[in-house]
Amino acid sequence: MTGLSAALRRHPPAPKLPRFRAPLIFGVLLMMFATLAARSLYLQWIDNAFLQDQGTARYSRAIDVPAHRGRILDRLGEPLAISTPVKSIWSFPGQVDATPGQLSQLAHALETTPQALAKKLDDGSDFVFLAKQVPPEVAERIAALKIKGIHDQNEYRRFYPAGEMASHVVGFTGDHDVGQEGMELTQQEWLGGKPGSRRVIINRRGEAVEHVESIRAPQPGRDLSLSIDARLQYLAFRELKAAVEANHAKAGGLVILDVETGEILALANWPTYNPNARNRVAREKMRNRALTDVFEPGSTLKPFTIAAALESGKVRPDTVIETAPGSLTIGPNTIHDAHKNGALTVEQVIQKSSNVGAAKIALSLPPATMWRMFSEAGFGTPPNTGFPGEVAGRLRPAKTWKPIEQATMAYGHGISVNLVQLARAYTIFAGDGELKPATLLKGSGPTAGRPVVRPEIALAVRRMLELAVLPGGTAPKAQVPGYRVAGKTGTAHKLEGRGYTNKYVSSFVGFAPASAPRLIVAVMIDEPSAGQHFGGEVAAPVFSAVMGTALRMLATPPDAPGDNVILPTQDSAIGEET
Amino acid sequence: MVRLNLMLLALLVVCALSLVTSRHQARKLYVELERERAKAHAYETEFGQLQLEQSTWGMPIRVEKIARESLKMQLPGPGRIEIVPGKGAR
Repeated sequence: MTGLSAALRRHPPAPKLPRFRAPLIFGVLLMMFATLAARSLYLQWIDNAFLQDQGTARYSRAIDVPAHRGRILDRLGEPLAISTPVKSIWSFPGQVDATPGQLSQLAHALETTPQALAKKLDDGSDFVFLAKQVPPEVAERIAALKIKGIHDQNEYRRFYPAGEMASHVVGFTGDHDVGQEGMELTQQEWLGGKPGSRRVIINRRGEAVEHVESIRAPQPGRDLSLSIDARLQYLAFRELKAAVEANHAKAGGLVILDVETGEILALANWPTYNPNARNRVAREKMRNRALTDVFEPGSTLKPFTIAAALESGKVRPDTVIETAPGSLTIGPNTIHDAHKNGALTVEQVIQKSSNVGAAKIALSLPPATMWRMFSEAGFGTPPNTGFPGEVAGRLRPAKTWKPIEQATMAYGHGISVNLVQLARAYTIFAGDGELKPATLLKGSGPTAGRPVVRPEIALAVRRMLELAVLPGGTAPKAQVPGYRVAGKTGTAHKLEGRGYTNKYVSSFVGFAPASAPRLIVAVMIDEPSAGQHFGGEVAAPVFSAVMGTALRMLATPPDAPGDNVILPTQDSAIGEET
Repeated sequence: MVRLNLMLLALLVVCALSLVTSRHQARKLYVELERERAKAHAYETEFGQLQLEQSTWGMPIRVEKIARESLKMQLPGPGRIEIVPGKGAR
């Protein structure tokens, strides 16, 4: 004890500390504490958004609720377009870290070679799609490889089971499942789904355990039922394709219309394309010609001229018109008949398709009467089927008509229509003088039409159209075994530049069974060049094949059972021009 | 007084525990619901794929080809069709 105190005492006394040292350190420490307190207060009360978010992110998550695009169905519920989920595989090439074995497995899953895959990963970009829209099973196998830097994302892919048969009507979608053509485009609002999003609480395994709030309700797309009947569509497509090929034609169109409802049961075009693989398809092939292209209809318009004349009371079905000598001169122009006929009744003008007869009847009418007939039959206004880009055709105001124009319009020149307009106009004669609205959407039953002519006049014209397909008429090849048929041929010179060429548009529009019409079929063959060009030779057989099979498919009772088809001998067949 | 307080305390504990249990139950059920929802979505997807497959196999073009080529079927001519008038037929 004494030793210790002696030792302490031996030390010199501690130097005296500056008086301010303790308070200074105390002050500095206090300031540090104050800073920390201020910082925490700041984070707690003022700038709390970041930490709050970070905290929430530990237990809460917003998850997407997928909503797929609605299907497009035919009238019987057969799918024409379906969306199914697929995955796209992408990567950040810089982050990819894989063994050569993994890479070859990946290449195998993607159905490519390891070399091709390595090339894709080495092209120097930051982001690369390795494969677009692969089936979910493939994506699962790739995910199972657990390669760093390889990711996938959910997408929807649209499939079109009917392929090229119905591509013009259905159309297709582009990027992000948005409609780009056809009904996919016009019905985007109805079909398109809007994915939703909701907030949930998750547990440590990442499972949602509690619903917090719905951020955005998902809006799944709705299914769309078209008026198309897939079976009839196939039939129409098959027959049209065969006819276009057999006649070495440039293009063709075929429309089947329901007489009662005006619904379009089939609408086929050639050339066509496959909507499931449409890379490098020419725009040309994507056009729905039956609705977006016009042509001069030729003689298929004569029944409307005759109906206008009958309605005005100027002629009756048995009024005699002198068509000799088979030509008619109006000013500097002359109209010809393909075959010289003598005196014809109005009925025979339709049956033999006499241009001179139709022109003479037309010239006995005021232009305004004829114009009103054409206009009320729907020519010159778009058919309003709900299809994008449908055209109105050309019907000039009656005031501007010169006599020669009125005469040529009587047999369908100097006026242009599209095929659907033409088919729809025939609902006047197939029904009781009413024009039905044409539509591509499935309706619920018979629709009201707009009366255009009196029922007895529609019936009279129907009788004339029946004569046209019998021997002595222009289209005996349009006859259908078991059914009475009525219809009219058209063989129009094509207008190119300033004048008419020796190229033709052959057409046939008709309906059956004539006793109680059920279907209208309109056929148009553009530039047949295999020797035949008369509508009665080119288009009428297509009509017959389609109408016969379609009526049987729809179980329509025959109105002329037995072998009713009478084909004329070769030399008595009647040709026509226009 | 003390007994009442003790009783209330016991009641409170029981309530608190049952709250915890029911919360837990609710979460478990919700997890299950989520799982079923995911399954429903997967089934929907599969349904779409099957529908697609069905319509691909059932395409008229394929049916016709098989009927004509493998089964050697053909359309009857007009002479081989007999019309049987139904009850309402004229």
